Amino acid sequence: MSPESATTSREQRVLQIIETARSKAPRFRDQQVTLAHGAGGKATRTLIEGLLVPAFAPPDGGSLAALADAGTIAVDSMRLAMTTDSFVVKPLRFPGGSIGELAVNGTVNDLSVSGARPRALTVSLILEEGLAAETLKAEVEAIAQAARGAGVEVVAGDTKVVERGAADGMYICTTGIGLIDGRAQLAPDRLSAGDRILVSGPVGEHGTAIMLARNEFDLDADVESDTRPLWPAVDELLDAAGHDLHCLRDATRGGVASVLNELARASRVSVVVREADVPVSPVVHAAAELLGIDPMYVANEGKLVACVAPEASERALAALRKVPGCEDAAEIGEVRSEPPGMVLVQTGFGGRRVMDELVGDPLPRIC
Amino acid sequence: MKFVDEFRDAQLGRVVAGQILAAADPGRHYKVMEVCGGHTHSIYKYGIDDLLPEAVELVHGPGCPVCVIPMGRVDDGIAVARQEGVIFTCFGDMLRVPGSELTLLDAKAQGADVRMVYSPLDALRLARSNPRREVVFFAIGFETTAPSTALTLKRAKAEGVLNFSCICNHVTIVPPLRALLESPDLRLDGFIGPGHVCTVVGARPFEFIPVDYARPLVISGFEPLDILHSILMILRQLQEGRCEVENQYTRVVPREGNLRALEVMAEVFELRPHFEWRGLGFISQSALKLSAAYRDFDAELRFALPGVRVADPKACQCGEVLKGVIKPWECKVFGTACTPDHAIGTCMVSPEGACAAYYNYGRFAREKEAV
Repeated sequence: MSPESATTSREQRVLQIIETARSKAPRFRDQQVTLAHGAGGKATRTLIEGLLVPAFAPPDGGSLAALADAGTIAVDSMRLAMTTDSFVVKPLRFPGGSIGELAVNGTVNDLSVSGARPRALTVSLILEEGLAAETLKAEVEAIAQAARGAGVEVVAGDTKVVERGAADGMYICTTGIGLIDGRAQLAPDRLSAGDRILVSGPVGEHGTAIMLARNEFDLDADVESDTRPLWPAVDELLDAAGHDLHCLRDATRGGVASVLNELARASRVSVVVREADVPVSPVVHAAAELLGIDPMYVANEGKLVACVAPEASERALAALRKVPGCEDAAEIGEVRSEPPGMVLVQTGFGGRRVMDELVGDPLPRIC
Repeated sequence: MKFVDEFRDAQLGRVVAGQILAAADPGRHYKVMEVCGGHTHSIYKYGIDDLLPEAVELVHGPGCPVCVIPMGRVDDGIAVARQEGVIFTCFGDMLRVPGSELTLLDAKAQGADVRMVYSPLDALRLARSNPRREVVFFAIGFETTAPSTALTLKRAKAEGVLNFSCICNHVTIVPPLRALLESPDLRLDGFIGPGHVCTVVGARPFEFIPVDYARPLVISGFEPLDILHSILMILRQLQEGRCEVENQYTRVVPREGNLRALEVMAEVFELRPHFEWRGLGFISQSALKLSAAYRDFDAELRFALPGVRVADPKACQCGEVLKGVIKPWECKVFGTACTPDHAIGTCMVSPEGACAAYYNYGRFAREKEAV
């Protein structure tokens, strides 16, 4: 054995040890909560899988359910999806949307990507003493309008007021329920080698819009949040691909990169992304470049990631592109068997690298 | 994006890679060190290794500003950040660097007002808009960022913003390079020179490398084509038996540097007699502090700093990584006890650190995979 190949095999052994350590269920050992726990990356996963799942999972329970965007329940012969989400975005209004609109779309999208047609929502408002009535009225109207747009009814709600300083303007929690579509057979562990990965449009717009709306950087750019309900896109995909549609995810916090990492881990497969095929608008590309951020990790609020059997990929993509807002949908990569649990990138320059889970929080309170 | 995308052209990349292959002597193994952490980051981000022939090996150097900050300095920063009325500002990478017990991010979660800024000018702006608070900027970086700190201090002085001060951790690149070149087991064939440092200091400070140590250095830009082109230029020098400082990054780096920036630096800073580098120990005349004319803005004089020297954790081999003596994965704690989310060493924190770049981007067995 030459010295070079001895080095290589030693390196491989080290990498193997690391992957084994990474594939174990994380334990929540932090001393305090930091913003990173809310970023949708590695710390969030540690919080969920290390603290919440062990506490709430049924004794026989698979931990995979916790990785899905919504839980499912069977009532008589009906299969329902249920999910909940809270919204703490700062600022309350931003180009392309506001917290009220986000609170509806975020929850209906979690239902939609679980293959469920959204039916009803509950809305809880946590309001800070001193919040302008005008602001509250505008957000209530935004909620009503977004609910109409998404075809859901607001059926219950709650209001709480906290002292000035104990909240930042307003927070909203929504819980949604939807009816799982008969065509849908979606699960995060249904990925198999050969599957194609689609995204429904340019990535990173919501996060970039929020970042610029905060005026923390001397950057002006014309970029709007992509917040929109995804059921129309899911409906078309189910029609076009049916059983060949293996999994859908809503690429919110942590962006497309985080979703792909979750899926690769859940299915014990590898995902290879072709960087040059990922749609990114020129404005987002430029802002991300200046701020040293990868758009693949930036939040979206109206973009789904679809994993489709190879024979159905073209059909699914064509169907997706007919949906308003998804005209720039693209196939960005595919599923491989090796190395399991990892997302790799074929860089635009012709090299390869890893696309890992997000560490830290580049941008708190994005949704 | 114009003037950026052109330097990421995959087709041209393949052409240059072909020329590198042609210039490399097949019987020889080339070790080329990229001095600057910015290059390390680019190399992994674009997967440049994949385009190089096996005969060319890249070795990561000491030029990562976050990586070289010793734990004691982080503790000093945290001590200031915790003082009543202080707004503590620093670059984002710095927040996650471990001190002896905490990171600045931990201190923030415990109540310290720690804020990330993209520029020292943002810190000065905070000082202006919070006149009753003490705003402290934790300045780090090589000659690349030192001028912006200097200009900010000049402006603070001119405007009389007296609630602004600075903990200066600026370092200079030549002394650690010289220390590295003095090491008896050095086995490097050439250097990819730090393009952004050279924008400020020019090419002259690096002339000693070919003259005294007979190694070529090519000042390089940070896009993938720049780096490939620089590697080609180094190989051509070796092939032709030349040994000199060459400038690949001519679109940005003037041979004589930026005289105005150097002038401002000379006014605001003076050399420290010695400074501790993480993993490398004390290096004389390797860092900057505020000059006497700017002592009113020196946070090290304004606040009581613990100033305690803290030894690096025993398990940590950042020093060897910074010197290019070991590869990141050869460190005993790499990827197990030391990961980007729970880092022991600084090289695992900054995106420019060799360990973080390798862990985040390079951590896969290349030959197993046929991507």
